Amino acid sequence: MTVATSSRPPTPVPRQGGRSDRRRAPSGLDRARRREAAALVMPSLLPILVLSVAPLLMGVLLAFTDAELVRRPDYQFVGVDNFVRLAGNSFFWDSFRIGMIWAVAVTLLQLVAALGLAQLLNSGLRLQGLTRVLALIPWAMPPVVVAIMWKMIYSPNAGPLNAFLGSLGLPDDINWLADFSTALPAVIVVGVWVGMPQTTVTLLAGLQQIPAELHEAAAMDGAGAWRRFWAVTLPSLRPILTSITSLNFIWNFNSFSLVYVLTEGGPGGRTMLPMLFTYLEAFKNRNIGYAAAMGVVLVVVVVLLLAVYLRSQLRDDRVETKKKEG
Amino acid sequence: MRVLAQQLVRLAQYVALACYIVFLGFPLLWLISASVKSSAELNSLVVSLLPQEWHWENYADALARQGLVSSAGNSAIVALASTALVILVALPASYVLARLKGAIRAAGVGWILVSQVFPVVLVILPLFLVLRTIGLTDSLVGLTLVHTTYTLPFALWMLQGYVAAIPVDLEEAGAMDGGNRLVVLRRIVFPLLAPGVVATAMFSFVSSWNEFFFALVLLQSPENYTLPITLSTFIGGEGKVALGPLAAGSVLAAIPSIVFFSIMQKKLTGGLMAGAVKG
Repeated sequence: MTVATSSRPPTPVPRQGGRSDRRRAPSGLDRARRREAAALVMPSLLPILVLSVAPLLMGVLLAFTDAELVRRPDYQFVGVDNFVRLAGNSFFWDSFRIGMIWAVAVTLLQLVAALGLAQLLNSGLRLQGLTRVLALIPWAMPPVVVAIMWKMIYSPNAGPLNAFLGSLGLPDDINWLADFSTALPAVIVVGVWVGMPQTTVTLLAGLQQIPAELHEAAAMDGAGAWRRFWAVTLPSLRPILTSITSLNFIWNFNSFSLVYVLTEGGPGGRTMLPMLFTYLEAFKNRNIGYAAAMGVVLVVVVVLLLAVYLRSQLRDDRVETKKKEG
Repeated sequence: MRVLAQQLVRLAQYVALACYIVFLGFPLLWLISASVKSSAELNSLVVSLLPQEWHWENYADALARQGLVSSAGNSAIVALASTALVILVALPASYVLARLKGAIRAAGVGWILVSQVFPVVLVILPLFLVLRTIGLTDSLVGLTLVHTTYTLPFALWMLQGYVAAIPVDLEEAGAMDGGNRLVVLRRIVFPLLAPGVVATAMFSFVSSWNEFFFALVLLQSPENYTLPITLSTFIGGEGKVALGPLAAGSVLAAIPSIVFFSIMQKKLTGGLMAGAVKG
């Protein structure tokens, strides 16, 4: 084993044992292992490369063409024409604005609601088992079923929501999903409902990792529940909060099925999320190249927003550590 | 005074918990209740959670409704086939992902994360063109391949976690006894992985069973529709549909995933937790 083959990365020292001496030379073994690894990975890699990576790259290329969804496609490269056209397309930017409202509202409300529920689930109340199961149900439902279910809840005539409001003496004839002013908020509530489970279990797991001594020490120092929440719980949850909000934001911004089935973007485009808008451009108007340009813009914006958010979080982290050190 | 304050806090906590329980549980309860109501009752202005009469025949109606059973069949075929494929190709790859550190692992994990970020809308356009050229649009085979590909990243992530939990010593002992790597994999690693494989298989099945977007874009003829697509056509603009059978069909469509989540409750939350935090 002391033969100098310096370019090779260090291999694990073989165990003391009669057989290991008779193994093939280490470099041959390495190569064999690498070939084996490649053979084991290939079946997974192939479909991912062909049906996921390649389409993604082609999608970016399509954005620079005038491709249309026709039987015998004949595209030409048109440079940045699509993007120039897109910059002046006010419908797209309206939809973009709606998408941002939707994603930010759902993400924030989800976070607040899930944090509250996780706290309750972590404070030794009864009915925990029931609540845990209930908290997971939205996660388990197919999006189409969720949409059908909430359409029934929001139903203007025989829906339980209006009946409930009526019994309180409030207006009971609101057509939640078809009214210009209530459609987006109504859809956001469903988005929160769907996304709560994942956020709740993640935060709950985070809460359970916080050492009890931290809370006890703070309580000794006379901190009340509210102060302990701000001084102990939130800072300890911070890395989890950052990652779950980033993921939730991406998922929400990219979401499609739920709103497509609930409203198809209506009424009057009030719930036209960018993914719906892009889908309609591609498969109803048949402008694939133009739709691909929209997709590219959406990805770039999301990545930029996330980069800004994560950077500010990192900077805050550094400030916090400095404070602690100083 | 102090005790009283504590009791008040407890009371407030229970009130809050009750609100959560209603918010989370009521919609499903309402769906189930609607699935056993007569259409007269569903359209009446008297709204109550408990049906006046129980109309179980909504379920028979739903099943007799054209397309629902055959769509459920299509969903089952696609979900089973893509689950089998996912397990087949993910099993060896997840082993490499868990055991070999370095560039391969970094690239694999990196891709799993990236695949969460980009919108499927951007991918579906070229994917549609590619599948159309090889005649796999409007085909269950094409949909199966797509579902397989898009379930793979998360399945790999789940499985490699289970692999990492198997002590390397066991494998070395197997290798000492003269087994080559593939024999060691087959005799020692795969049997120990059985619970992980079951969990991953259930996850893949449910993902495919619930999936809507790819099926919406790729499938065109009604005889190829999967269950979510058929259900969504029932509530679309085309024709008024009886709500009772629709609710019954929806309940049936939700059963596989509810079964899965009640079995997997604990494990799944652990796995997703790890994924979320590292992400």
